[in-house]
Amino acid sequence: MSDQTIGVPSGEPAATLFFKRLWRAIERLVDAVLLLRESVVGMVGAGLVAFWVIVALMPGWLAPFDPLQTILPLQKPFAPVPDAAGGGTFWLGTDLLGRDVLSRIIHGARQVLIYAPLATFCAYFVGVPMGLAAGYKRGWVDDVVSFIANVILSFPILVLYVVIIATIGASAFNIVLAVTFASAPGIMRIVRGLVLDLRNREYVFAAETRGESNWRIMLVEILPNARGPLIVDSCLRLGYVIITIGVLGFLGLGLPPPHPDWGGMINENRAMAMSFPHMAVFPCLAISSLVLGFNLLADGLREIALRD
Amino acid sequence: MTGNGQDYDGPILECKDLCISYFTRAGEIPAVIDFNLKLHRGESVGLVGESGCGKSTVAMAIMQYLGGNGGIVGGQVLYKGRDLATFSAEELRQLRGNEIAMVYQEPMASLNPSMSLGRQLMEVPIYHEDVTEAEARERALEMLASVKLPDPERVLESYPHQVSGGQQQRVVIAMALLSNPTLLLLDEPTTALDVTVEAGIIELIAEIAERFNTSMIYISHNLGLILATCDRINVMYSGVVVEEGTVKEVFDEMRHPYTKGLFGAIPLPGADKQSRPLVPIRGQLPLPHERPLGCFFGPRCDHFQEAECGSGRIAMSKVGATGHRVRCSRWNKIDWASYRPEGLGGDEIKIGEPVLNIRKMRKYYEIVDNSIAAMIKGDRIKYVKANESISFDARESETVAIVGESGCGKSTFAKVLMGLETATDGEVVFRDQDVANFPVQSRAPDMVGSVQMVFQNPFDTLNPSHSVGSQLARVIRKFGVERERERVEQRVLELLDLVKLPRDFARRRPRQLSGGQKQRVGIARAFAGNPAMVVADEPVSALDVSVQAAVTGLLQDIQRTYRTTLLFISHDLSLVRYLADRVVVMYLGHIVEQGTTDEVFSPPYHPYTEALLSAVPIADTSVEKKRIVLEGELPSVMNPPKGCPFNTRCHRKLGEICETTEPPMVEAGPGHQIACHIPLEELRRVDPVIKIPKQEKAQPAAE
Repeated sequence: MSDQTIGVPSGEPAATLFFKRLWRAIERLVDAVLLLRESVVGMVGAGLVAFWVIVALMPGWLAPFDPLQTILPLQKPFAPVPDAAGGGTFWLGTDLLGRDVLSRIIHGARQVLIYAPLATFCAYFVGVPMGLAAGYKRGWVDDVVSFIANVILSFPILVLYVVIIATIGASAFNIVLAVTFASAPGIMRIVRGLVLDLRNREYVFAAETRGESNWRIMLVEILPNARGPLIVDSCLRLGYVIITIGVLGFLGLGLPPPHPDWGGMINENRAMAMSFPHMAVFPCLAISSLVLGFNLLADGLREIALRD
Repeated sequence: MTGNGQDYDGPILECKDLCISYFTRAGEIPAVIDFNLKLHRGESVGLVGESGCGKSTVAMAIMQYLGGNGGIVGGQVLYKGRDLATFSAEELRQLRGNEIAMVYQEPMASLNPSMSLGRQLMEVPIYHEDVTEAEARERALEMLASVKLPDPERVLESYPHQVSGGQQQRVVIAMALLSNPTLLLLDEPTTALDVTVEAGIIELIAEIAERFNTSMIYISHNLGLILATCDRINVMYSGVVVEEGTVKEVFDEMRHPYTKGLFGAIPLPGADKQSRPLVPIRGQLPLPHERPLGCFFGPRCDHFQEAECGSGRIAMSKVGATGHRVRCSRWNKIDWASYRPEGLGGDEIKIGEPVLNIRKMRKYYEIVDNSIAAMIKGDRIKYVKANESISFDARESETVAIVGESGCGKSTFAKVLMGLETATDGEVVFRDQDVANFPVQSRAPDMVGSVQMVFQNPFDTLNPSHSVGSQLARVIRKFGVERERERVEQRVLELLDLVKLPRDFARRRPRQLSGGQKQRVGIARAFAGNPAMVVADEPVSALDVSVQAAVTGLLQDIQRTYRTTLLFISHDLSLVRYLADRVVVMYLGHIVEQGTTDEVFSPPYHPYTEALLSAVPIADTSVEKKRIVLEGELPSVMNPPKGCPFNTRCHRKLGEICETTEPPMVEAGPGHQIACHIPLEELRRVDPVIKIPKQEKAQPAAE
């Protein structure tokens, strides 16, 4: 859609133009981060998220052990590592099967940070067009889409996940599918609400009087102006999806073992959690710190959005 | 507490060197500087100025309502001789509502939608005077009657949404008056209302001041309203009062170049687009933190002299003995008599062949009533008759104004013309092609491009997510004017030149532009496809007065260059009289009168046109105006009156015939049509509504 980005009429070759645009995009990103700096809450959130992203990027460097290697079962935090295994300390202890909890949490971060954003993205990919169509076209389109959304949302969410995963089997792909199915209706409702307001703007009328196609009006004229609330919502939703993936793991519907899955770790060690709480508490802390990070980030973004 | 005592005879309110600032991330922003005001009992003072000049901030400071980030940084506000800063929170609470009352712009926003109007009214005396419910109710009823609401008992039981906007504002005024305040602050109380409703409210306000001997501060951007309601006037510009005095002094012998400019920029009855054109004030209002050194009006003033105006704070100087003061260091040096600013005029336009013929166009909206009662009766489908038998022509390079109040169907008509709706019946022939039944998607691109629209709200007309250049480029491509990238970009720059904006605006985002600049881009967008006809829906009503003239002039200029037909939809009759060649007056979906501008603005009138003309506030002390205030409310289009649509409010109603038979279109002259039962001879005998003194008309625009 080149006519959307022109604006600096010039005779420059396409390549220079591309790099200029790229540079401007980077500048805007930096500006956004600098803006976020004014919100303490937002910075704390961004810090937590950044921490986990770094962990997920280089688990091999950070983790002291192989997450699947069984060394010595039921070690409490700070227990020494036997010399046979290389010495050192089990900082967060080991689990029932003798795997290092810290290493498993570090490797688990990658799983979460791949599948949670992927699932959220897929949910948006489905929910946004539905919301756009329902809000802009109204009439029977709205009736049908809203009805489907209401039906899905009326199911107890957990039962819905169990049914879906139980039917199609537990795998990373199916988790993404289930999350998409369950979250898209909520996204659709938010988008629909935003569109109902935006469709009455004069620039939308102007586009209509030019005879623009419906999809162009929805995607080019309306959607970009809904981005503010949607960015905030996506941060919050990412947090919920992380919890969901944790819950699914806990129910045994997450990534199949022996993958280091945070929810799954809590589940595996449930039986001994009374005597060895560290095996469940640390994965719990990992989940909650990441979710908290996204929620605080969303709060910060909202705070800044309200200010300007 | 000073109490409500009548024994105090000093000034009710006094502002001494008042300075108010807002504190933001960018630092301290002075909103009002050096504001002085003395208000006596029963006197009314008007604060007039454009948006951002600090007039509402003054009102908030008087109410001590500045909010968390605002504060009085210098000077005092004295209420009955006592500094408001020394009042305790409890005393202030008693003061507000009891002695100082305020009426805001949006009546719907000042009333609680979940409480009956009666309860909200009764609260005032119950809280402030500790009276019994029965007595409070009695007083509420009495007050509703004195603000001339029909059937006060019913209004008392109603909720805000059940009464019309004009009635809501009357209730708000009643509420403000209930405690018999000493001081009434009115912040643009009629801006959200239709002009005939506004006339009623203005009359009411003037009456109240008389009857209750209330002091009033009336805030408005409309000089005509100030003339109708106030004794004294303060003209504000960018946080300072630039001129003050009695209304007569300021209106007849204005001294400040800004005041002069304002009067030159508004279409007064004597203005004419050929001989006495409007003179816009160049430039735009400076942002508070970008005010120039010295005189704030300096950069926009034709009489600016660096040595005298360019530095230091300009103080108020006395002009007359009665307190006419002006903040200009050169006020007695400016030679107004030989000052001839360049107006927006141009050569007379030759009107060409008809471009648009509309024949008996009707537009009904179908509404399905799903109530059980309607199902039993079998009349589930109801019609909203938005347009009823519309017929008129528009010629090449002609300006046709469509005039009427909200709900008269003028926007529906525009939608049918643009192809956003299709007509129920009749023909809309544009350049020999009937487009009445073609929605915009099924029209040919050049057809779509040749009818374009300028919208009302500058803050809404451009998509905030895309740059100005890309939005213009899209239109150029869409209508196939140019296809190659280079050519498109070239055309974007030409369009910016056309609307007199700098070329580098192409890469700016709409939020970086002021309201007037956005509206210019909106005009550029409408003209991007080389249209034969442009529909302008209230294009300047949301703009500041000084910018309005410039945008209107621009529109005219472009129209003249391209010989475009301009359909100008407006409720501002002063502007219509100035701009239009022909006028179509609409009421409840019907055309009640049409003809050339001169024909419509002089007798014979349709009674509605007559009322509409008399309702327009005119900022000229020499103009005599007949007062006609329409009774009743605009009927709903769902349930329009039988017979003549205007019969429920008409002040010249004949009798039964008006209620039963739709009036015929009478030809009062070639092309001048009036739909009324009253015989033409009788209508011809009606006195003109607006009388302009002869000698005034002969004088040039500057004086």
